[in-house]
Amino acid sequence: MTARAGPDLAAASGNAGMRGWSPQRVWSVAGAVVLVALVWGFYAWDGAQTTAVLGGTVRAATLLVLGAMCGMIGERSGIVNIGIEGQFLMSAFTAFTVASMSGSLFLGVVAGVSTGLAMGWMLAAMSVGLRTDQIIAGTVLNIAALGLTSFFYDRGRSLGQPKYQSIELGPLADLPVVGTALFNRPPLTYLALVLVVVLHVLLLRSVWGMRTTAIGEHPGAAATVGIDVIRLRYWNVTLAGGLAGLGGAYLALESVGTFTRAMSGGRGFLALAVMIFGRRTPLGAYAAALFFGFTTALQGQFQLNDTFDIPAQFVGMLPFVVTIIVVAAAGLFGRMRDPAALGQPYEVR
Amino acid sequence: MVAAAETVAAQAEPEVLLAGHGITKRFGPVVANDDVSVELRPGRILALLGENGAGKSTLVNVLFGLHRPDAGQVVIADEHVELSSPHDAIARGVGMVHQHFQLVPPMSVVRNIVLGAEPRKLGMIDVAQARRRVMDLADRFGLHVDPDAAVEDLPVGAQQRVEILKALYRDARVLIADEPTAVLTPQETDHLLDVLRGLTDQGVGIVFITHKLREVMAAADDIVVLREGRVVGTTTPAQTSEAALAELMVGRAVDLHGDRFESGATGVGSAVSTAAAYSDEKPAAEAGELPVVLDIAGLCADDDRGQRAVDELSLAVRAGEIVGVAGVEGNGQRELVEAITGLRHATAGTVSISDRDASGARPRQVTVIGVGHIPEDRAKHGLIGSYSVADNSVLNRYFKRPFAAGGMLRRDRIDSHARDVVATFDVRTPDVESPADSLSGGNKQKLIVGREFSDEIDLLIAAQPTRGIDIGAIEFIWRRIRERRDEGTAVLLVSAELDEVLALSDRVAVMYEGRIVATVDPRTATREEIGLLMAGAAPAEVGS
Amino acid sequence: MSVPAGPQAPAETDAAGRAGSTDDSRRTLTRTVLRAAAVPLASVALGLVLGAVLIAVQGHSVLSAYSALVLGGAGDADALLRTLQKATPLVFGGLAVAFAFKAGLFNIGGQGQLLVGAAFAAGVGFGLEGVPLVVHLPLALLVGAAAGAVWGAIAGVLKATSGAHEVIVTIMLNFVAGNLTDWLAANPWQDRSGSNIIARTPLVEPSAEIPTWGWLPAGFVLAVLAAVACWFVLERTTYGFEVRSVGANRHAAHYAGISVGWIMASTMAVAGLLAGLGGAIESLGVDGRFEAGVNVGLGFEGITIALLARTNPIAVIPAGLLVGLMEAGAAKMQFESGVAPEIIDVIQALILLFVAAPLIVRWLLRLRDTDDRRLTLGAGWGR
Repeated sequence: MTARAGPDLAAASGNAGMRGWSPQRVWSVAGAVVLVALVWGFYAWDGAQTTAVLGGTVRAATLLVLGAMCGMIGERSGIVNIGIEGQFLMSAFTAFTVASMSGSLFLGVVAGVSTGLAMGWMLAAMSVGLRTDQIIAGTVLNIAALGLTSFFYDRGRSLGQPKYQSIELGPLADLPVVGTALFNRPPLTYLALVLVVVLHVLLLRSVWGMRTTAIGEHPGAAATVGIDVIRLRYWNVTLAGGLAGLGGAYLALESVGTFTRAMSGGRGFLALAVMIFGRRTPLGAYAAALFFGFTTALQGQFQLNDTFDIPAQFVGMLPFVVTIIVVAAAGLFGRMRDPAALGQPYEVR
Repeated sequence: MVAAAETVAAQAEPEVLLAGHGITKRFGPVVANDDVSVELRPGRILALLGENGAGKSTLVNVLFGLHRPDAGQVVIADEHVELSSPHDAIARGVGMVHQHFQLVPPMSVVRNIVLGAEPRKLGMIDVAQARRRVMDLADRFGLHVDPDAAVEDLPVGAQQRVEILKALYRDARVLIADEPTAVLTPQETDHLLDVLRGLTDQGVGIVFITHKLREVMAAADDIVVLREGRVVGTTTPAQTSEAALAELMVGRAVDLHGDRFESGATGVGSAVSTAAAYSDEKPAAEAGELPVVLDIAGLCADDDRGQRAVDELSLAVRAGEIVGVAGVEGNGQRELVEAITGLRHATAGTVSISDRDASGARPRQVTVIGVGHIPEDRAKHGLIGSYSVADNSVLNRYFKRPFAAGGMLRRDRIDSHARDVVATFDVRTPDVESPADSLSGGNKQKLIVGREFSDEIDLLIAAQPTRGIDIGAIEFIWRRIRERRDEGTAVLLVSAELDEVLALSDRVAVMYEGRIVATVDPRTATREEIGLLMAGAAPAEVGS
Repeated sequence: MSVPAGPQAPAETDAAGRAGSTDDSRRTLTRTVLRAAAVPLASVALGLVLGAVLIAVQGHSVLSAYSALVLGGAGDADALLRTLQKATPLVFGGLAVAFAFKAGLFNIGGQGQLLVGAAFAAGVGFGLEGVPLVVHLPLALLVGAAAGAVWGAIAGVLKATSGAHEVIVTIMLNFVAGNLTDWLAANPWQDRSGSNIIARTPLVEPSAEIPTWGWLPAGFVLAVLAAVACWFVLERTTYGFEVRSVGANRHAAHYAGISVGWIMASTMAVAGLLAGLGGAIESLGVDGRFEAGVNVGLGFEGITIALLARTNPIAVIPAGLLVGLMEAGAAKMQFESGVAPEIIDVIQALILLFVAAPLIVRWLLRLRDTDDRRLTLGAGWGR
């Protein structure tokens, strides 16, 4: 498990299954069990607050997983995307502005996704087309987004309508503990959940997913069997931008309901940590996103609640400190292997 | 896309499977191919013979659609074609077995074979069908592989079979094999040649690229010799001899049998044994009397993937002798060298150099003890391409006097040292300020050798010291290594070229799966014996 | 590649170091500098042109906006002082990025390193009383620099030991530093005088203030000295050789006996030290105190400046001055022509885009590809 990019790649066969459970798997399962027990315990102790924390967890996780999926499509294709933060911010801005001007949340979402696609294309043009260093290319997106949204920011503008409201999924919403958190959410959250599952299947089972893996691991080999590496990388990075764009729209139109300067607040970067923690699979990333979302949700609860006297700034640090620990630990225990061609521009000979 | 053999048989047989007419290809000022013409007919094996840099790879890359020719035409199945990418060539039934396998290491064998031409069901890969097709092909051609194994877990020979299957899966009627034997033992090579022969029986034509004369004589139907981008000879094995081919290839008479082997051992697999004549001038002292410089006991080391690559290996090298490590690549030679030189962590065992314990020493300590190291991978370890020749000439000694004092670099001393190295080791460069990347492969290697030889050393570790460089540079480097040996330096030579090991070594240690399985005297052992040892045969079976 | 310089030895300084006294070599030097500066200069010009388009689209006068910008940044002694004060942390921020770059590390953590440097220098600046200037000021600077160095070293050490990618870690550390210094300024170190409710420290003691000589702030002199020191260390010392080797080819550096881990950790510490010093000067020489949230975005500006300078420490000075001038003049521009000062951010982003993707500029201006050196930071997260 330590040496592979993903066990699924090497077509599950006898030898993969018979190795038994890796320590990592044991730890994840044990962690999950402890977590469920804890949540259940807290729920019994204080139902309302636990529900609020779980709701906050899912809310924060949605944005993170959308960013993480954007990142992983790029990285599986060999392109590092450090510009997710900028993609979030810019899309949130256009989604908010268009929704406010047109009076339609849906048009806002369309604008956000389009902006994400456009920024994805810009990243592709720089890193795939012009072969700029990928990390610098992403940084350009971040700085550009911050500059442009600050410049065009209109303090007086408001959404002029309610943000996306929750939709109850019938009896599912009445389930204890997770009912409200998972099945009484606004529409974009559901859409994100569907995308997680669909993308997971596509990446691991589809022809597109396999070719994407090939261009990220060994673009030269992919080229010799007639796969157009440049073209596929362009498509992937551009389309992945659409996911970040949806994230931006979600942030402005469903999570917050307005736009403020630098509102992405580092979550585009946290999404990268989520992606790494989730081993570049959508389901894994969703699990990681829930974990990170939980730390964010706790922060909100701490601020509302006087039970614990921890300064807000220290609670605010939590997700970032956790990320550092996670990234360092991921390196220390069982180095995860990156796609072999990650970060390297591909040149057609 | 059903089964290769049926399709081949069903179609009308073309007269010419693959041809290039008047191919010219330039890279900047370099003319890699100059009006080259070749022709392959069904059921035949065409050998393209030439030194490194003769233009063989460029030619096949043009025929395969990877490069576009500046002039000339490509013919596939009697038709003139314009190839804009390998896809076009593949679609017309041309398959390539690359020298550096074009496989995606973490993916399974089946997925690698079907990649780019996947059987699908609603956009998903139809795994069952893919697997079935691959198994059918493997059975038909006798190319056995585990379809579900990850490619990175397979031995080299099996990976090569995957490459061949990949081409056959795409209905290849022409198979281009680029130096396919470079990574194989003599026995595996024979097996491969049998497989290729079997393919021609089913109507496939094969372009076989090599610089090994023995293989050409054994397997080819037609031979085309390239030199400096031009065709210098077209012949058949019946009409020529190894000596004649070698002369064509190198452009001057080559002393093939000047080395100490019986010519009955046929052995000169490559034309580069020219300088072997020197090796009879043994140093006066018999190796046994001189002190042991390098003493390795029970050394273990893992490869990059954490698998044990060096397995309780023990070996000693004395002053004034060259010990050559022979073996098929990937049997732990690289890890052995890296563990000795401190580039890799040894998990167990001891290394002692000049009676000092160097187990677990860092690269700096190893250098300071008095070890020169010509690393296997020039570009990765040996040089910093963007640095000047001058900086590279002190790459691992920049901190020593006279190159530095009080933490400051002394540019004047570094530059004058570099000019010395350039002059003494015949490094062709406009000046010492030029970046190392601007040098040719042979000159880069001479720069490295010059650097490693310019300090006092007791031990020289030379890994693949002549890989991919021209004959002139090979002769030069061989001569320098022998001179060092004669001056009393202990030399550990690791090379995948059996001919190089045989030509230089006083003793040959055969390495297999991380161990030294036998140490033989190159004056008495035959290629076949060593080949069997390299393939893992027990020494007892080989002897007598 | 006709420029006779290794990619890690920036063309102009390399030539400057060796330039003889003959006319010929002087002419070569000029040509080399011009060639190296062609893309950055063209990028700035293009950024300004596109900025002008934005200004015009908004219905403002480009001429009055840009002239106000220049006058506000260099029109008189006060303007010049403002520019130099703005440029000081920018030069340090640019050096913090450029220095790490030489070892192949991308330091996006200038922001956090500057914040801790500024906060801790202010802490020493107001916390100690009755100490003579010769002790107090150097001590405050030193503590600020050390805080920045520690902050940078965290990323370097993690990179060396666990392979955690410095980009992720430094970004996270920026947020951690933001929270930490907010807390310091709002709680233990808050200015309690009067009815102050702003999260800021008291003013530093006069003995910890950095002097200003007319239009020349002493801090800027320090920035110039720091840039020269960086160049010297990188080009003339064995340590610099090691840093550049690790940046140019990590494997070959390892082969050459250089401790790659130590170089990564120490380089990030030096980078942090530079940014921390910039922050300390900001607190002690410009603001006179630390206030939460000052200089937000400086880490990013450092990236722009370092790339505009093509990671050459000496060239960081003019690059920092240029950005400093735009920032100093932005207020006057807004006052006189009504253009939002955020236009500066947009122009900077455009400049960065053009510098980062020189092919765009070359194609637009039909420049010959004179120097194909590419900035490469390596790749993945796991190693």
